[in-house]
Amino acid sequence: MIKTIAQASLAVNEKLKIKKNSIKGGNGKMRLSIVTGIHGDELEGQYFAYLINSYLQENVELLNGTVDIYPAMNPLGIDSITRGIPLFDLDMNRIFPGAKDGTMPETIAASLIEDLSGSDICIDVHSSNIFLKELPQIRISVPTAKELVPYAKMLNVDFIWVHESATVLESTLAHTLNSAGTKTLVVEMGVGMRITKEYCFQLFDGVLNLMKNIGMWLGDVKPVREPTISLNGAVGFVNSDAAGIFVPEVNFGDCVKKGDLIGRVLDPLTGKIAADIAAVCSGMVFTLREYPVVYGGSLLARILMSEGENAK
Amino acid sequence: MNKEILYSLKSPYRESLDVTGFRFGNGEKAIAIVGAMRGNEIQQMYVCSQLIRRLKAIERRGEIVKGKEITVIPCVNYYSMNIGKRFWAMDNTDINRMFPGYNLGETTQRIADGVFSRLQGFEYGVQLASFYQPGDFLSHVKIMETGFTDSELMKLFGMQFGIVRVPRPYDTTTLNYNWQIWETKAFSLYTNSTDSIDEKSAHIAVDSILRFMAGTGIITTKVHHGFETEIISESGIDQIHSEAAGIFVSHTEIGAQVNENDIIAEITDPLDGETVSVIRSHVSGIIYFEYSSPLINENTVCFKIIKD
Repeated sequence: MIKTIAQASLAVNEKLKIKKNSIKGGNGKMRLSIVTGIHGDELEGQYFAYLINSYLQENVELLNGTVDIYPAMNPLGIDSITRGIPLFDLDMNRIFPGAKDGTMPETIAASLIEDLSGSDICIDVHSSNIFLKELPQIRISVPTAKELVPYAKMLNVDFIWVHESATVLESTLAHTLNSAGTKTLVVEMGVGMRITKEYCFQLFDGVLNLMKNIGMWLGDVKPVREPTISLNGAVGFVNSDAAGIFVPEVNFGDCVKKGDLIGRVLDPLTGKIAADIAAVCSGMVFTLREYPVVYGGSLLARILMSEGENAK
Repeated sequence: MNKEILYSLKSPYRESLDVTGFRFGNGEKAIAIVGAMRGNEIQQMYVCSQLIRRLKAIERRGEIVKGKEITVIPCVNYYSMNIGKRFWAMDNTDINRMFPGYNLGETTQRIADGVFSRLQGFEYGVQLASFYQPGDFLSHVKIMETGFTDSELMKLFGMQFGIVRVPRPYDTTTLNYNWQIWETKAFSLYTNSTDSIDEKSAHIAVDSILRFMAGTGIITTKVHHGFETEIISESGIDQIHSEAAGIFVSHTEIGAQVNENDIIAEITDPLDGETVSVIRSHVSGIIYFEYSSPLINENTVCFKIIKD
């Protein structure tokens, strides 16, 4: 059943509406919420939402509980290829928990939190941005790791990144829901403005597996991969120190040794190499730059460190 | 006066971004003033340019106290200004959400780090700030309540109002917040406008900053008295939200005194012109923020009123 959970009138002849599709099966009381499209330039979740939505409707007799699918938390952003909320230049994932008596984005955020609260598990699907491609992963802050890692392991991702928490991230959907007792897992996969079908199928298998594990799915599931769990600090960041165009020399998912050539920053005007980019540690390249134009500081790659490695 | 490049960033296709500072006097770092960090903060840059013009004359007259240094950075992000963008054009990130910065991080983190490293150690810091929504402010000064500064110091600006804000999580990566954490007494100064120049309020801002410098013993220039500043917390401000969407027609103006239940604006249907909402003041007080775009969505802050 499709429901509108938040709405607001726009200036000229239009309403902004945020909708969910609620699919119920059996007598189970468990509720899983799948959220995506907070950032309007991240589209992997759109295909994933379609997959899980259509499959559950076709096999509803195997469902034991409620799955709520929120495909477009920021519909104006998705519709206009805008990462934030158009008009406000606001990152929607920095305004939670919102406020019932606040501005339009804040009231919408508050309505979303109200609707999502009480889910047994919430999965918030992101897809990096237009600059970087990400291997399917789940990001969890240190304070919530103990509770969330067991669920994250069910989701068929390649790895789980446990990172330090930062005050600014307290305004995210995931932090807000986790703080209120709704277990929320943040998935990052693929790249902005594109759909990577294989990753969407990978997560689809993972979500069915999680549902099976918590008693919401009576059908068969495929075996899931064992993710690598990266504790804080076990990731090497490769940033450019030069400006130009970045051309990678490795492939996404490659294992590299410290000092290996990852790519080059090139100057099209002079025909010179502005910089050779070396791996800061040994390990697997799980993030790789997709958008070629770079400044000093542009992130080029992240490397999941091999055991015993140190980037410094 | 010394004009110097405080931070430089190479671009693949443009001239380097050279963040330029203007230094007056020598000695202990007394005060730093920062203008535009976003590409639409034209007024904020303009205020700094006028401040620099005045400080040149003050320096020529020997009115900068010996041993005191003043630094003004009129514009950090002129790259975005030159191409009509608000945030860093490559990735749409906001430099004023990147402090204290990180010299090995992403581009705007590096810019923030490069600028912040030159802004540390000042006793006082003033940022010419702007609001994220289209609208005009009554000129005022604001501090974030971090426990590191004294709100009474706002009185030295001589502006009509000094506002104390309790920081939210997203404030913790702003210049103002981090200045305070690094023990600079930091203030945000708001003038009437952002993406256009309001000459009158620009000069009010320049006078206020000079008055503050005189009051803190940085310059000896005589600056006329301003207002006896009223210090209030954000809880003393009533916000009025639009209850409908359409065309916004204001019936009041910034600085106006209004009474409870006064009609201060209406919203009309953009297609048939009928009035769809009448906006009344909930309180008696002074209009200090007014929405300024002709089109308005539902639940948009259209007025902020400082309660009597």
